[in-house]
Amino acid sequence: MSTLSRTAADLFWMARYLERAESMARLVEMGARVAMLPARGVTARDEWRSVALAAGCDGYFDPEASSVDAIILGLVVDRENPSSIASCFERARANARSVRTALSVQAWESLNETWLRLDELTVSRVLHELPQVVDWVKGRCAQFRGAADATLLRDDRFEFARLGLLIERADTTLRLLDVKHFVLLPETQVVGGDPDRHRWTSILVATSALRAYHWVYRGDYSPERIVDLLLLNGSCPRSYAFCYGEIVQALEHLARLYGARHACHTSAAATLAAIGDTAIGDVFHTGLHGFLTEAIGGNNRLSREIATAYHF
Amino acid sequence: MFDEMNGDDGARPPYCGVAHWLDTLGLATLDGKRREAETLFRRSGITFAVYGEGGDPERLIPFDLIPRVFGRDEWQRLAAGIVQRARALNAFLWDVYHRGEILRAGVVPEALVYRNRAFLPEMVGFDPPGRIYAHIVGIDLVRTGPGEFRVLEDNCRTPSGVSYMLENREIMMRMFPELFAGNRVEPVDGYADQLRATLEDMAPRHGPRAPVCVVLTPGPFNAAYYEHSYLADQMGAELVEARDLFVDDGALWMKTTRGPTRVDVVYRRIDDEFLDPLVFRPDSYLGVAGLMDVYRAGRVTLVSAPGAGVADDKAVYCYVPEMIRFYLGEAPVLENVPTWQCALPEHRDHVLTHLDELVVKEVHGSGGYGMLIGPRASAAERAEFARKIAHDPAAFIAQPTLSLSTVPTLTPRGIASRHVDFRPFCLVGRQIRLTPGGLTRVALREGSLVVNSSQGGGVKDTWVLSE
Repeated sequence: MSTLSRTAADLFWMARYLERAESMARLVEMGARVAMLPARGVTARDEWRSVALAAGCDGYFDPEASSVDAIILGLVVDRENPSSIASCFERARANARSVRTALSVQAWESLNETWLRLDELTVSRVLHELPQVVDWVKGRCAQFRGAADATLLRDDRFEFARLGLLIERADTTLRLLDVKHFVLLPETQVVGGDPDRHRWTSILVATSALRAYHWVYRGDYSPERIVDLLLLNGSCPRSYAFCYGEIVQALEHLARLYGARHACHTSAAATLAAIGDTAIGDVFHTGLHGFLTEAIGGNNRLSREIATAYHF
Repeated sequence: MFDEMNGDDGARPPYCGVAHWLDTLGLATLDGKRREAETLFRRSGITFAVYGEGGDPERLIPFDLIPRVFGRDEWQRLAAGIVQRARALNAFLWDVYHRGEILRAGVVPEALVYRNRAFLPEMVGFDPPGRIYAHIVGIDLVRTGPGEFRVLEDNCRTPSGVSYMLENREIMMRMFPELFAGNRVEPVDGYADQLRATLEDMAPRHGPRAPVCVVLTPGPFNAAYYEHSYLADQMGAELVEARDLFVDDGALWMKTTRGPTRVDVVYRRIDDEFLDPLVFRPDSYLGVAGLMDVYRAGRVTLVSAPGAGVADDKAVYCYVPEMIRFYLGEAPVLENVPTWQCALPEHRDHVLTHLDELVVKEVHGSGGYGMLIGPRASAAERAEFARKIAHDPAAFIAQPTLSLSTVPTLTPRGIASRHVDFRPFCLVGRQIRLTPGGLTRVALREGSLVVNSSQGGGVKDTWVLSE
């Protein structure tokens, strides 16, 4: 069995863009929540600017000139912004269209319908019904994942799409934790004042992990525990540890199918082992920002190694 | 004017089931169903792409819900004629790229072949597998009476539209299961398997492994991209673009996640002139450098063969009945439309004095462009065509305006008669395979005879009854 290299690349990027669309929706949801109760001395606009930063869209916005509405529209519908939700859907659909034969009818139709309905994201809807818009985006992404999960052959092509999703998700979680905003907050003690607490819980909202947090830690919010959940807890489906567990599985499946191992297999296994050996205390001791920077770099490197190994 | 459903005393027999269904369904339901069908087409992405003209780049071909029906006997005669024509066209192609017997015998004028721009000197003396050039022959037919079918045009290169034949049926079966329960309709869904079998038949080597067949597309911006991906999908073949292919070590390869994989058969949906920049257009990005060398060495098969287009222009068309007699020794089952060739002085004189009665077409034109419908044209338009014909007579042919049959069609003002044509798809491999059905195109504008989708035409599901 083999797959056209272009097909593998398109599936990989289709999954990355879809995951990016969903991440963006989650970030916007977090932004709306934080901006409702801005911290002392900052405005709603400042809060939205940090969201744009976390989304990697800081190059796209003029931080001084952009109004809150402009930022929200820029993150959701602006096609000029390559990372906006609409742009991500647009690109995911373009990738899917050129590899339609590698998708099931149900998965393709789900994505195509999302694309057809992008027109419904009008300016007034985005500004006045933001929570519904966010829900719609998350719902469409979940529907595609469900259709893909229920109907796609578990062959190499499935694994290329899965790898795209996981690499993107790991990247998003790492960047979310790296937003200055959070890194500069008091890290060691239980979160103090209400505004701080509000921010830290917002990160849990953005990762849909609020309930998971309570289930796992059953107590007060502490930065250490929140970071632990999103970095090192392999049972949290948006955590760095979870993503790498799945990445290793997907790569192992490819190694079995193809009868060959590559640099990407070694790197991913090494990263997963290192995550297992890391205690959250060490991360904070040596510095969260340094840890995250290194992890983001390693994740990008792995993405390139996968492309090299499979000729795309 | 012949209406295929409504005869002098009620519905003609093949249409009885459809007529009854229309009576019980009612117009309002039908209109609701029409909107539902449109949503289904959009959601599946069954569109043809029109980039660079503004507006929606991915357009729907209007789909009419009322099927077009052939009785079993009607179809048997059509099928015999279609298969006969496909055999004769392939025999002609082999002949003109070898000794040219039909030209030596004076049956077809040499100039029509050797001075035809679709004739490729590169193919002279080459034997494609099975001596087959046109593996998918699309024959455009019109009907003018109960037993009168005429061939309007042959398509020997890469006739498109077969995906609509398949999807129209899928949508109809999904929306009106009860309609199919009450009528014995021949299935069309074997087409993709038959196409794959035809491609595999043509592989240059036969090892223990099934041959690797690919569909070569110009890419997602091509108007027929949906069809390319649909056919690849239905056949389980890779849909490739030029950038996925390369020539090395005397073979054609595609780039895969395991490294290069050898390709045996290419069903190419790009024109001859783009196939290989080293042989044809040097500026082609759609083709593969060195492909023709590998092809001529017999190490990959191209479907259809380069140069197959010499059999399907509108001037060569006039001689197809002669080809059937010459190569097969049979009488043609299907007649041509009487055609005047402006290249012949006596024909030209007739055309120029009867422009107001005739349809004038460019020999190399397609898609309903570049034609004059005499009775509908203004005096100025006719004068313009007279000038063009005088300037380059060999570029034009003329035919009488036929009274095409009509089939009831859903229009904004209820059900009305609209003109139709028909394109069946005949597969030619080691054996000939013909799916019972085809693409019916319908001119949606009242009285219009132009069925092309680029000019306001729609499509219908086409039934062949099995009893």
